[in-house]
Amino acid sequence: MSWSEDKPIVSIKDVKKSFGSLEVLKGVSIDIMKGEVICIIGPSGSGKSTLIRCINALNDIQGGSITVEGREVHDEELDKLELRKKVGMVFQQYNLFPHKTALQNVMMAPLKVLKEPKADVEKRARALIKKVRLEGKENSYPGELSGGQQQRVAIARSLAMRPDVMLFDEVTAALDPETVKEVLVTIKDLAAEGMTCILVTHEMGFAREVADHIYFTDKGVIVEHGAPEEFFDKASDPRTKEFLSQVL
Amino acid sequence: MTSVEAFFEMLYDVHGINVTIGYDSWDRGQFLDGLWLTVQLSVLSIFFSLLVGAIGAWAQGSPLRIIRALVGGFVTFFRNTPPLVQLYFFFFALGTVLRIESDTGLAQPLVSNFGWAVISFSLFAGAMNTEIFRSGIEAVPNSTIEASYAMGFTRLQTYIYIVLPLAIRISLPSLGTNLVNLVKTTTLAYALAVPELLYVSAQIWSDQLNVREMMNVLLLSYVGLVAILVWILHRWEKALRIPGFGG
Amino acid sequence: MYLPLKLPQNPEQRPGYMPVLLPMKSHAAPVGVGTMVQSFLSTKMGLFVLAAFLISLGAASYAQAASGAQLGTIALLWKWTPLLAKGFGFNVLISILSMAIGTVLGVCLGILQVSPNGIIRRVAWLVTQFFRNSPWLVLLFYCILLIPFEIEVFGTTIPFPGWLKAVIGLSLPVMAYMSEYMRGAIQSLPSGQWESADSLGFSRGQTMRMVILPQTVKRLLPPWMNLYAVLTMATPLVSIVGVDEIMSFARAALASENRVDLLIPMYLYVLCWFFIYCFPISGLTRRLENRFAVKS
Repeated sequence: MSWSEDKPIVSIKDVKKSFGSLEVLKGVSIDIMKGEVICIIGPSGSGKSTLIRCINALNDIQGGSITVEGREVHDEELDKLELRKKVGMVFQQYNLFPHKTALQNVMMAPLKVLKEPKADVEKRARALIKKVRLEGKENSYPGELSGGQQQRVAIARSLAMRPDVMLFDEVTAALDPETVKEVLVTIKDLAAEGMTCILVTHEMGFAREVADHIYFTDKGVIVEHGAPEEFFDKASDPRTKEFLSQVL
Repeated sequence: MTSVEAFFEMLYDVHGINVTIGYDSWDRGQFLDGLWLTVQLSVLSIFFSLLVGAIGAWAQGSPLRIIRALVGGFVTFFRNTPPLVQLYFFFFALGTVLRIESDTGLAQPLVSNFGWAVISFSLFAGAMNTEIFRSGIEAVPNSTIEASYAMGFTRLQTYIYIVLPLAIRISLPSLGTNLVNLVKTTTLAYALAVPELLYVSAQIWSDQLNVREMMNVLLLSYVGLVAILVWILHRWEKALRIPGFGG
Repeated sequence: MYLPLKLPQNPEQRPGYMPVLLPMKSHAAPVGVGTMVQSFLSTKMGLFVLAAFLISLGAASYAQAASGAQLGTIALLWKWTPLLAKGFGFNVLISILSMAIGTVLGVCLGILQVSPNGIIRRVAWLVTQFFRNSPWLVLLFYCILLIPFEIEVFGTTIPFPGWLKAVIGLSLPVMAYMSEYMRGAIQSLPSGQWESADSLGFSRGQTMRMVILPQTVKRLLPPWMNLYAVLTMATPLVSIVGVDEIMSFARAALASENRVDLLIPMYLYVLCWFFIYCFPISGLTRRLENRFAVKS
């Protein structure tokens, strides 16, 4: 591989994506370096979720390129398993497997996909559950957990694959306000450890606190981006200003 | 045993209730053989109908239009025609044509009447199972499947570890209804002179002229058989139940 | 014996109650038996199956024509068609009568199943379960053999011919299924309906008649129609207990022709009659279900 750590770990170049005649992404470019935390914000329907779903090939693209660690994602030849080992994803609706306990949810992919020995996987899974502060809930089923707890299990489940990049798709949007915080704290811990994170979020305060870089998207393009301070305090584009005035 | 027989004889002598299978060992033997055959008929038909349903539901996900159309045609046909006529069609029409020469030179049926009954019931219930399984599979949320792909599971792994376990749970109530119906449908084998429970009971009541008694015994036997099946299904459902949902 | 749309007796098993998927309600399309008949009951599929029927009939006839000078199978089928049509008329008549009796009894039994009186409720439940879990054919035998052939009421003798006993025999399972649908429909109404009627001073009977029952009609219609199709497909059973209908006439025709090559076409032809009658009912049921599903 030609990729080295001084090059972007995820490189999005002029990506175009449409659903039928509806063009959702009209040429978006973002570079993310290893260890960076970026937040993508913008009104609903601006294509932010679609963009990060393209990064791990859940959606295909019609133009441009996305590389992860130098490897083109939208390539027929691509080994999706290799990609998905590198890129973990957490969803808005948690999407835990309802018929498996918290621990089993975390262990499943390493066991079945990576085919690692059970003892190792279990040890790691227990450590991860502890890390997301859910000790004692190992044997609970998703239906027995609150939304925030389920979402933290989902994060642990993704981490169990030892990804290099984590994608968070509006992970707090479906949660009760009081449980949002526990999930954000978990993500913040992760960022502090140097995990590369790409977040789509509506939590502006959180974005400001945790992000290295903020991208504002609207109608399929990146309108404005910058480091949190300059972005929030010195936004120049009228669309950004309008959006910020509504959410802040 | 003798005290039981004495009780049934007393029942007849004193109250005129003639339950011959209670005291007559020949009738009892007949009855139990019939019961056993009904159980065999049910178990085999249930097994094969589940197989037909699983294959049908799997084929229904095929990318080939022609395969989907064939499965759809099969389901539509068996759901909209009478099971008794289906059974006659298999036994009297196909069964008459499908014969082989035996050693004696006489044409022998390739499949026995019992065999045709199993085939017919399995296809009839299997058509329904196909639809039940298919809608169970469709009811698994797309986002759950997507999460599985995102974790690196292949299509087949997702099907085995995520879709099927959930689809079975979703299908179970409807499946139970269908299997109960299947057990009730096995009585149709009477029309092919398969000596199952209804057939032997009819023989007993024509010999002994105790229609009323045998009829009630028969009805209770079927209700009992169905109850056992329902109990098994209930146990299964309970074993599969996931804590924390709908409690 | 067949699978009518049914609301399982256990409230937890009712369509829509899916323990597995409860947290994902938005995705959880109810998997009631009724809703699953769907995708493959399109008109196209019906025509497809019908075409398959005709092709098999044609193939059988062609094979016959090639083999000898006798009357072709199609011609033979045509010859017996008037008799078969008459027989099918009996099937339809029996199905309509059984449906009428079964529906009336079933609605009453269903209302008794939600009676405030615990004993009535339990007895009604027991009767429903008993008839629902008994094989249709056994119930038919029961009525044929145990109902007297005539009944004397006030000196006048009312004859009870076999076909009437068969009608009663078939109406019993219809009653049981109807009772279950009724109970399910009543219980599926929000309790607020009872409470608001209560607060307006309606008696229980008034509430039932004027508030609850009218609302159940919409919910009952699709399973009721499906039940009718199932009942129609059960009518050939009466031939086993000696009542004339299409199947017994078809077998009589086969016996008098005594031709092996007629067997497959004849049975296919009878299947065809039922398919043409029952398939549109299934299709209509599906459409009604879809329409109601959207509204409610």
